[in-house]
Amino acid sequence: MSRDEGFSDQTVPVGRRVFLGIAGLGILGVLFGSRVQRAVGSAVGTGLGGLIPGGDRFRIYSVTGSFPKVDPSAYRLKITGLVNRPHTLTLDQLMTMPSVKLVKDFQCVTGWKVPQVHWEGVRLSDILDVVGVSDRATAVEFDSYDGVDTESLTLSQARLPDVIVAYRMLGGPITTPHGGPVRLYVAPMYGYKSLKWLSEVRLVEKPTLGFWEANGYPVDAWINGSQNASVS
Amino acid sequence: MATQWMHGSMVAKMRQSPDGGNNSEEQTLLRFDVVERIAHWLNVLLFAVLILTALPLYFGQVEALVGRRVLVGEIHLWCGILLPAPLLISLMGPWGKDFRADLRRFNRWTPGEIAWIRSLGQSQLELGKFNPGQKLNAIFIGASMLVMFLTGLVLHWFGLFPLDWRIGATFVHDLFAAALSVVVLGHIYFALSHPASMKSMLDGRVTRTWASVHAKRWLAEQADE
Repeated sequence: MSRDEGFSDQTVPVGRRVFLGIAGLGILGVLFGSRVQRAVGSAVGTGLGGLIPGGDRFRIYSVTGSFPKVDPSAYRLKITGLVNRPHTLTLDQLMTMPSVKLVKDFQCVTGWKVPQVHWEGVRLSDILDVVGVSDRATAVEFDSYDGVDTESLTLSQARLPDVIVAYRMLGGPITTPHGGPVRLYVAPMYGYKSLKWLSEVRLVEKPTLGFWEANGYPVDAWINGSQNASVS
Repeated sequence: MATQWMHGSMVAKMRQSPDGGNNSEEQTLLRFDVVERIAHWLNVLLFAVLILTALPLYFGQVEALVGRRVLVGEIHLWCGILLPAPLLISLMGPWGKDFRADLRRFNRWTPGEIAWIRSLGQSQLELGKFNPGQKLNAIFIGASMLVMFLTGLVLHWFGLFPLDWRIGATFVHDLFAAALSVVVLGHIYFALSHPASMKSMLDGRVTRTWASVHAKRWLAEQADE
């Protein structure tokens, strides 16, 4: 312990130790936090984990001033662009199509994650088969009812079995904050690909940059950079 | 701990009695120089904007009212990047002499102060310029700022870090934000309930009477100079 001029030589640098201790905790938390979170999450159960700080919880994003409210009976999904038979589907029509259920994580590219979310909807590839994709189409663009958010996938990504047009999540109809009544869920990719308040699916020759990609998020959104993650 | 801090309001009352006005005759001491005060209030400003912008980013109900995620995120990011600036700039140059001296005070603890914290404020203690609770507050907020700054960088420049670190950084950023909110609320509570202390962060000065109760050892130091 070094002496500090003007202070008693019996003093102890408690401040420095506490400071380094707290900073060290922070660094340990970055390195091992995902494990701790998983352990805490499985101990208290999903749902409750969202109530504690640092727990599993959805961060609700809206890029406009408010959430677009779309009445389920007024909901329409337009499928346009390079298709043989353009369609406009109601929610009821979507719900009569063969449905799939997925139980998968929702992982944001910035790091937050909600494990084991229940999803239900129609495979996008099934919808594409109904409308018939033109040979010239190589990509799919998605529009949101919020009028701002857009996304895109290549045609082969769009045809993956765990890419769905979802109308149920978390055990109920999709709520407005979560992008209801109908949203996209792209399981193998980061959350921003799972566009909320889905209004239009458009087949194109060349995709334009989506909203979040234009704001700096990577076009390649595979979770953990691994395409293997898509095989469920 | 509360008993130590409670003296503040008593002294404030003492000063105003019996005529109810401030005794302008009473000698005052400089507790915080202008550099420290500017650093503190710029820090407050950045903290306030950070907390306000964090609310919609974290709470869905607030996001429903505010939205505009990109703009809010951008404001949060820039305030976060600027956060260390007031403190670091104040500490660096010749103008930072008093601030650096206070930093040494936060760091160096007498055996009496350590015993006081260990006994949760029960032991008798002749106080220096800051009581141990104030020292812990300063250290905790300083360290948390560093942690929030670094984890914030990971969250924004996520492409540079493995996913596991990003998950960890989110976890730490959330937990520290919660802890910081509690500590800052406590800090504001103590400031509001101790007007003489809070006044010294506005005009820099405390009375000798105040110092003789709350910072006796500091008062003695001053007399030595």
